[in-house]
Amino acid sequence: MKYLMLVCVDEDVERDADPTPWIEEMDGRGVRLAGNRLRPVRDSTTVRRRNGEVLVADGPFAETKEQIGGFDILECADLDEAIEVASKHPAAEFGTLELRPLWEDWPWER
Amino acid sequence: MGEVTARDAVVAAYHDERLRVLATLIRLTGDWQLAEECVQDAFETALVRWPDEGVPRRPGAWLTTTARNRALDRLRRGSVEAAKLKEMEAAAMPAGDGEGPDDDRLRLIFTCCHPALPFEARVALTLRTVAGLTTEDIAQAFLTPVATMGQRIVRAKRKIQEAGIPYRVPPPDLLPERLAGVLAVIYLLFNAGYGGRGELADEAIRLGRLLERLMPTETEVRGLLALMLLHHSRAAARTDETGTLVPLERQDRTRWRHELIDEAGRLLTGTATPYQLQAAIAACHADAATPGETDWGRIAGLYERLAAVAPSPFVQLNRAVAVAMAEGPPAGLALVDALESTGALAGYHLLPATRADLLRRLGRHGEAAVSYERALALAPTEAERRYLRRRLDEARAGS
Repeated sequence: MKYLMLVCVDEDVERDADPTPWIEEMDGRGVRLAGNRLRPVRDSTTVRRRNGEVLVADGPFAETKEQIGGFDILECADLDEAIEVASKHPAAEFGTLELRPLWEDWPWER
Repeated sequence: MGEVTARDAVVAAYHDERLRVLATLIRLTGDWQLAEECVQDAFETALVRWPDEGVPRRPGAWLTTTARNRALDRLRRGSVEAAKLKEMEAAAMPAGDGEGPDDDRLRLIFTCCHPALPFEARVALTLRTVAGLTTEDIAQAFLTPVATMGQRIVRAKRKIQEAGIPYRVPPPDLLPERLAGVLAVIYLLFNAGYGGRGELADEAIRLGRLLERLMPTETEVRGLLALMLLHHSRAAARTDETGTLVPLERQDRTRWRHELIDEAGRLLTGTATPYQLQAAIAACHADAATPGETDWGRIAGLYERLAAVAPSPFVQLNRAVAVAMAEGPPAGLALVDALESTGALAGYHLLPATRADLLRRLGRHGEAAVSYERALALAPTEAERRYLRRRLDEARAGS
């Protein structure tokens, strides 16, 4: 099963948490297909289209304490394995990791 | 074979085998809805065929095979890929009617209680799927609209499939934590039953006994079952004919069910784990022929050990009561006051009720009445309010 793992942290708090060992371990196990850090929310742009008009705005849609700071695509046997992988991510100590299953039969999947 | 006996055999098989057949079908198909429908079909088929063909030697195996073939038929007619069908055809059928760690019923219980499901959904799904209650009964027990309860159960099943919650007994490294989650669901059911919905307490004990048979070496499974049996042994003596709560020391101990107390006694292992310790405490009360013979010193010691492995202000409050009984009200009152100053139990009626009781025993009736009034304002059930009102009147008369 494929999961999108969203790494949610309070980006205003400086953390000394290097994910490199986690990335190397999970790449080695073959459970991490892709992933990256996101630039801070201040660089974020929201786009909507209403009645044919494109509305562009600055920043995230909702004010929350934690922001999405990164993501990984995981390929795991089941949710228990994804939970185990997420629990080992350094951000699990201070942030929240959200696991979202991907649609399996998405025809445009690469 | 007469029709009546065959029909009785189907009813008996439904009672004895439904859970095992369903648990296996869910493993074979990976589809909870399909599994439930095919199991229902298999029982209906039995009603038609057993009167003519006779009751099979192993009804459970017959029902499982019938339900499995029905599922295969339906999947073949549907748009299921050949690979998935092959996988299901190759999947192992249960080896026999024995009970062991490779029991599909255990897989089902652990999956229903998976921590990725909301807690109330774990409770509802366990009652619906494992205990076999109807959605209507579950909704009524939890005072929830039937539609809401139905949706809760449907959503939980959907999440199990879509989020990839595995259908298995967790591996050893996850087992202690996951087992604690299963026991929490069963204990919640029991307490919901204790709070007035008696049929839930019976279901909880039935589930506890099943789990104990399936995992006989797990001390906490035995501990929880012992604890439930000990509480349940006093059910008939807990309220008087007017529905008023009767406290332990005033209960008619001849009305306690000693066969349950004996069953519980055989489950105690003496381990310093939360349910075992709570059961050991309950056993101290059960073993005392009269209130005066209660070994309060031992109970206070058990509460102290419990507070060490499962810290909680509720445990501290109970410990204070036991200390008051063992060493006298002043020692208990000191612990209650210390607990009250932490604010951890603010709003909990048994804190002022306990304080009131200790003050009453010390002859400080005026202060006792004030605490009884506070407890009365916080008490959640009518039985408790009635009891507190009576005590309040006594305290006012005494002052």
